[in-house]
Amino acid sequence: MLLPVVLVLLRKTRMSQHAETVALHPEIQQRIQKQRLLDNVFRYVTLSFALLVLVILGGVIVSLVDGALPALKKFGFDFLTTERWNPVKEVFGARAAIYGTLMTSLIAMIVGIPVSFGIAIFLTELAPEWLKRPIGTAIELLAGIPSIIYGIWGLFVFAPFLQRNIQPLLIAIFADVPGLSSFFAGPPFGIGVFTAGLILGIMVLPFITSVTRDVFETVPALLKESAYGLGATTWEVVWQIVIPYTRVGLVGGVMLGLGRALGETMAVTFVIGNAHRISPSILAPGTTISASIANEFQEAVGDIYTSALVALGLLLFVITFTVLALAKLMLIRMQRNTGART
Amino acid sequence: MTLYERRKMKNRIALAASGVAALIGLFWLLAILGTLVVNGVSALSFELFTESTPPPGSAGGLLNAMFGSLVMSVFGIVIGTPVGILAGTYLAEYGKSNALASLIRFINDVLLSAPSIIIGLFVYELMVVPMGHFSAWAGTVALALIVIPVVLRTTEDMLNLVPDSLREAAAGLGAPKWQVVSHVVYRAARSGIVTGILLSIARVSGETAPLLFTALNNQFWSANMNAPMANLPVVIFTYALSPYEDWRRLAWGGALLITVTILVLNIAARLLTSRSSVRQ
Repeated sequence: MLLPVVLVLLRKTRMSQHAETVALHPEIQQRIQKQRLLDNVFRYVTLSFALLVLVILGGVIVSLVDGALPALKKFGFDFLTTERWNPVKEVFGARAAIYGTLMTSLIAMIVGIPVSFGIAIFLTELAPEWLKRPIGTAIELLAGIPSIIYGIWGLFVFAPFLQRNIQPLLIAIFADVPGLSSFFAGPPFGIGVFTAGLILGIMVLPFITSVTRDVFETVPALLKESAYGLGATTWEVVWQIVIPYTRVGLVGGVMLGLGRALGETMAVTFVIGNAHRISPSILAPGTTISASIANEFQEAVGDIYTSALVALGLLLFVITFTVLALAKLMLIRMQRNTGART
Repeated sequence: MTLYERRKMKNRIALAASGVAALIGLFWLLAILGTLVVNGVSALSFELFTESTPPPGSAGGLLNAMFGSLVMSVFGIVIGTPVGILAGTYLAEYGKSNALASLIRFINDVLLSAPSIIIGLFVYELMVVPMGHFSAWAGTVALALIVIPVVLRTTEDMLNLVPDSLREAAAGLGAPKWQVVSHVVYRAARSGIVTGILLSIARVSGETAPLLFTALNNQFWSANMNAPMANLPVVIFTYALSPYEDWRRLAWGGALLITVTILVLNIAARLLTSRSSVRQ
């Protein structure tokens, strides 16, 4: 907290060079001096708290790198490519966890994107005014439900339901389809990569929907009305006017959802099965980076084990940071474009 | 079928699909809340609020976990809120168009959606390793780090909504900037800032991942901030995955409590903003 004081002093010396041209009553002058000082204190106090955000980010990076170093030194690049994860022999590889993270997020995107876009289209183009608010609120409340609730619901309700009804069906349908049969090979465990992906798909709905809805609303009414005037149907307006116009923003929204899905921890931990292996079938148990950390960190004995888990954390941080940063950049670009065009 | 009919048909199918999508979204909300109420209500009892977490096979409640969650959330909010508000003030009042502020805004937005388990690992390295043991303080700091980006973001947004004419009027009366902000701008944006705080309370009260290896858990009643402390999310996590029927019931009870709290906070925050926007 010394920083603001130093900055204030620096600024004061700079300001005192401007000589007062009008002679003021000394008491008033004193007051002005005092208020100027307070102004600067206020400015630099707020600045130093804003800088704290950067300090936090720096701290996260430094501490993760520091904690991950022993494992990274020991395994080197192999850490990323080895599938083995053996705490007893202290051999650790992140490949299965990386695969699980990407696979669950992919499934989440496949089921989440169409539904989110559908909801956004319904809310912006279709729903009567009185229905917009309650449905919009309900979808946003989905975002408020903590991930542990999705986890407990997924484990006790959703996974058994899938195991009984959906997974046997999938196995039967795809049994004779070449290429896809091993993808949906049995037995139906209930928990596994597929279930985790579906739950993530539900969890990203509100995030993608809210961004999609916002960018849909930036489309100038004039454009849409022109298309309607030419005789386009509502769907044609959405497909040929609204979506092309908002493309960059939509990609940004999807990537925001992807960032959430990649880093989601508790919901996945409940239903993924925590198995460090890559199965050809997506119905089989697996693990993700975040689920491995959540499941094993408390029990990790030995420096290398802990360090390997922190290295997983570092990996997750790098992946999600990149995705989220790209998402943010796209949304900023979208904003700028609409600003320039209107 | 003529082209015209085909187009109309396609339109109808697409719009029906978007309606179905909306129903699917609603369905999940109702399915999750429904299960919670069905399983949670049967777990509600007087003991839930008066006894601490039991060993397996005996009756008990969640008193110590509720206390721990409350204490850590309150301290987390108390630490995180001022930081978030002041940093948000800088971005809104001094950082309209400077590169440093844009960078901070950008980083904050990324931190806002970054996985909370990363924050847990960070605080583990920052506090648990040097101190040599898990503690409620470490949990508090982890929660505070989650509060900061939420409060910062809403504060900045809300201050930006305050019309510049108000600032100019105050400055024209001779008020220095710090008084303009603290006496006029904060007051005008008060309900918005409170909304941000409510949302951040809702956010931290369900956070589990950052507490797993900072506050850990505690089977017994503890008010010692330097020791591991029970908290609802971690208790739910542990108990739900346990093989014991009593523990699972307690987990459902805790899940219902947390969700109701969060939904109430969310709805309160919403009512607060809609009321203030009407007033404007």
